[in-house]
Amino acid sequence: MSVAVVVFPGTNCEHDVVWALDDLGVDAELVWHRETDLSSFDGVVLPGGFAHGDYLRTGAIARFSPVMAEVERMAAAGTPVIGICNGFQILTEAGLLPGVLLENRDLKFICRPIHVKVEATDTVLTRAAEPGQVLQIPLNSYEGNYRHADPDLVHVAARYCGPDGAVDEGWNPNGSIGSIAAVANGAGNVAAIMPHPERAMETILGSADGRVMIQSFVDSLEPARV
Amino acid sequence: MSDVDLAPEEVPVHQALGMTDEEFASVQDILGRDPEPAELAMYSVMWSEHCSYKSSRAHLGRFPSDAPWVVVGPGENAGVVDLGDGWYAALRIESHNHPSFVEPYQGAATGVGGILRDIFTMGARPVALWDQIRFGPLDDAMNRYLFNGVVSGIAGYGNAVGVPTIGGEVAFEECYAGNPLVNVMCLGIMKAEDLVYGTAGTPGTIAVLLGNATGRDGIGGASVLASASFDEGSSEKRPSVQVGDPFEEKKLIEACLELYRRSLVVGVQDLGAAGLSCAASEPAARAGVGMDLDLDAVHVREGDMTPAELLMSESQERMMAFVDEAKVDEVLAVASKWEIDAAVVGTVKAGSDLIVRHEGAVVATIPAASLTEDAPKLHRPYGEPAWQQDLWTNTLPLLQVPNLKDALLKLLDDPSLADPRWAYEQYDHMLFTNTVVEPGHDASMIRVKGTDKGLSVSTDGNGRHCYLDPRRGGARLVYESALNVAMTGARPMAVVDNLNFGNPEKTGVMWQFVETLEGISQACEALDVPVIGGNVSFYNETDGVDIFPTPVVGMLGMADPMPTDPPRLDQVSDGDHLLMFGPRGSRNLAGSAFEKVMHGHIGGRPDEPDPYLAKAIIELAAQLACSGKVPAMHDIAEGGVALTVAEMCIASEVGATINFSTWIGLFAENPNRFVAAVPAEHVESVLAMAEELDVPTSELGRFGGDVISLQNGSHESTEIPLAEATVTYRTAIPRRMS
Repeated sequence: MSVAVVVFPGTNCEHDVVWALDDLGVDAELVWHRETDLSSFDGVVLPGGFAHGDYLRTGAIARFSPVMAEVERMAAAGTPVIGICNGFQILTEAGLLPGVLLENRDLKFICRPIHVKVEATDTVLTRAAEPGQVLQIPLNSYEGNYRHADPDLVHVAARYCGPDGAVDEGWNPNGSIGSIAAVANGAGNVAAIMPHPERAMETILGSADGRVMIQSFVDSLEPARV
Repeated sequence: MSDVDLAPEEVPVHQALGMTDEEFASVQDILGRDPEPAELAMYSVMWSEHCSYKSSRAHLGRFPSDAPWVVVGPGENAGVVDLGDGWYAALRIESHNHPSFVEPYQGAATGVGGILRDIFTMGARPVALWDQIRFGPLDDAMNRYLFNGVVSGIAGYGNAVGVPTIGGEVAFEECYAGNPLVNVMCLGIMKAEDLVYGTAGTPGTIAVLLGNATGRDGIGGASVLASASFDEGSSEKRPSVQVGDPFEEKKLIEACLELYRRSLVVGVQDLGAAGLSCAASEPAARAGVGMDLDLDAVHVREGDMTPAELLMSESQERMMAFVDEAKVDEVLAVASKWEIDAAVVGTVKAGSDLIVRHEGAVVATIPAASLTEDAPKLHRPYGEPAWQQDLWTNTLPLLQVPNLKDALLKLLDDPSLADPRWAYEQYDHMLFTNTVVEPGHDASMIRVKGTDKGLSVSTDGNGRHCYLDPRRGGARLVYESALNVAMTGARPMAVVDNLNFGNPEKTGVMWQFVETLEGISQACEALDVPVIGGNVSFYNETDGVDIFPTPVVGMLGMADPMPTDPPRLDQVSDGDHLLMFGPRGSRNLAGSAFEKVMHGHIGGRPDEPDPYLAKAIIELAAQLACSGKVPAMHDIAEGGVALTVAEMCIASEVGATINFSTWIGLFAENPNRFVAAVPAEHVESVLAMAEELDVPTSELGRFGGDVISLQNGSHESTEIPLAEATVTYRTAIPRRMS
């Protein structure tokens, strides 16, 4: 199996994603944003960074990169597609996921470990996790404030929470509505998360809690092909 | 007259460009005629203090810079050391003090951009940044504005360009109110075969200008802004500040790294201070060749730029690559792939002249090496200032025992000592998934993927100590930074320094400079650690008042293999023994945070560091960090033992009892000491390791409970609730900034 890790100009977490997938025994290949054929891949990752400098609006230009038409085609065909951080922003701009991401409530970049609580487990980011499982994962973003006109309609994969799993405004780092940290499409094959599970793969880096999310994606790869 | 419109007409052009009459006469001498406007522009920037190091060059040779592991020493774009097994590390530090005062966001941002280019110019991928920033006190709105702007600029550029900022230092002192210090350091890693030099190669080599278009931004940045003092009109210098574009830099990094990987370049030179003037002349001078430079080929952002403007512009995110003619098309294709602009702008020629053409005419013909090698080298007079001895005798009579609770809480509430996470949590410090020890510790450590190596870096400055005794202060910074990297299990291997000083035309400032250099050099010799690069920033003076002499030492250390579980501040457990390593019983509070915070006093003379003890204690710290027996260790620096232990307690959410015999010993900052939390079962073997190295030890108390208890024998004790200490420490900076 192999995974396409899409690199836009300004993407910067692509090597971290490759490292994490490699750790789980999956071949991952960097794919430039001008590529228009991803049919040889079993899954797609849109990694974090600042695609096209985040100019105009995060994800607003990336959504028009040539590769995105192919990502949309594969997503529609049921291929697992995940977005992390900037990848989340691009997927919402592309209309593959609902909602938008605005500047953090406090108008500051946030880089620190936070906790999320897994909600739906029928997504390519959470299928290996238990419902209610609490994961410590680093958050690293300026535009992480998730917004949706009717959050009850959103297929929520995870919410920000305290170390004990409490979901309330006190543990909401960036002002996201309903403390939403990760969402999926209705089918669950397209999912995205604002914090970085690929940065929480090893205890020497502070947490290995992100493994279950990357593993979820890996576990999803084969079924999508059959 | 001139085509550079920088000054009122009555001032001679060379003076408006920051040149003295003597320097102008030297130019006339070199050329045998009056310089053309474009030529004068080039000399003015290349001979500026910022580019030529004219006040400091005569002294910089004092630094020990040789060691078997040094691959590239001072003089190139960055220093390079051999990590073994085919890996090199590149290290460089730079200041962006004046631009950050004039425009804090862009000043700090372009400081980050500039230091990154110095690193990837050498062939290395930039993997980590550190920022050393100093401002006036936060009770002043201007200082809050500068602090906020600088942190935002570092975050805005560093995060977006995709290089983690994993450490640094934040300090506040009155002397920086009119002249903040913004120093930034970058570490790069490369395979040995990817090393590139800033050489123009042989005649026939083609010069390709990569990256951003050239505009009028930053003209005179090196000469007019960075090499002069400030006064009330400083905000008028804002047009001299460059504007950064991290997205362009990110693409430039990836394009250059691909060029190196495919061996498509002979040499490269970044365009920073002095822009094209520097990027054309320095590589040519190094290679002993001449060059033909065609300004009409330069891709520009705005029309009608004069030759002088094109040559002086400090537009950011530009790089000059020197390429074999046969490989030019491949280089242009790589640039096109990464969506950056590229232009063939010159050809390397035999001889030594740099010939510049514009609109078909030759606008400059000068010996390339004269811009660098013939730059003025001043032997400025220096002497101990008259007030220095008075400072040493100006000690504070401290007869009364202070309220110890009050003292500790005041120290924890001081923004220079308090929790700096308000700043570093705005920086992405985790990118690349290498950060093993994150900001907030004595040193940060990253792993080198594909090896067992860990690289540890500490950056340290202490203006008060250096003001009171520049030689001792300079030496102590080296020992402190070396001990800090040892806290992660690393052995110190190389130093870069950023020497921030006042006006070198004052004999006292030059004396401070020479003394500091001597102190740093002696300590580096004692530890056998070479100085592989540095930066000098003079004229940190506003309205005639100089900053404290503020050298910043950046120490690189390596642990090979890296400890699998290095000590961390947050790993103290209830019941751990509190051990101190190094001498106890100091009665010297000179330059301490205690005297500053509690009494507003800066006087006396800090202790002289003992080089033999320093060496032993650094070795001991590295051994303990790798032993797996010590979960938490912390260097004793500002605030003394009391603050050091309090920081461990706060991080680990566990109290402590500290026994002391003299209260001064709680707050003294004498060098070469650290404390550790040691589980009972390891105390004996840890003490034996210290004895083996002749390091004095003392058991200060125990960790545990929910108070920090300061005990003088059995009869007196002061208790500070841990919760109160924690809130004070955590909120000191955010409270002032909100």
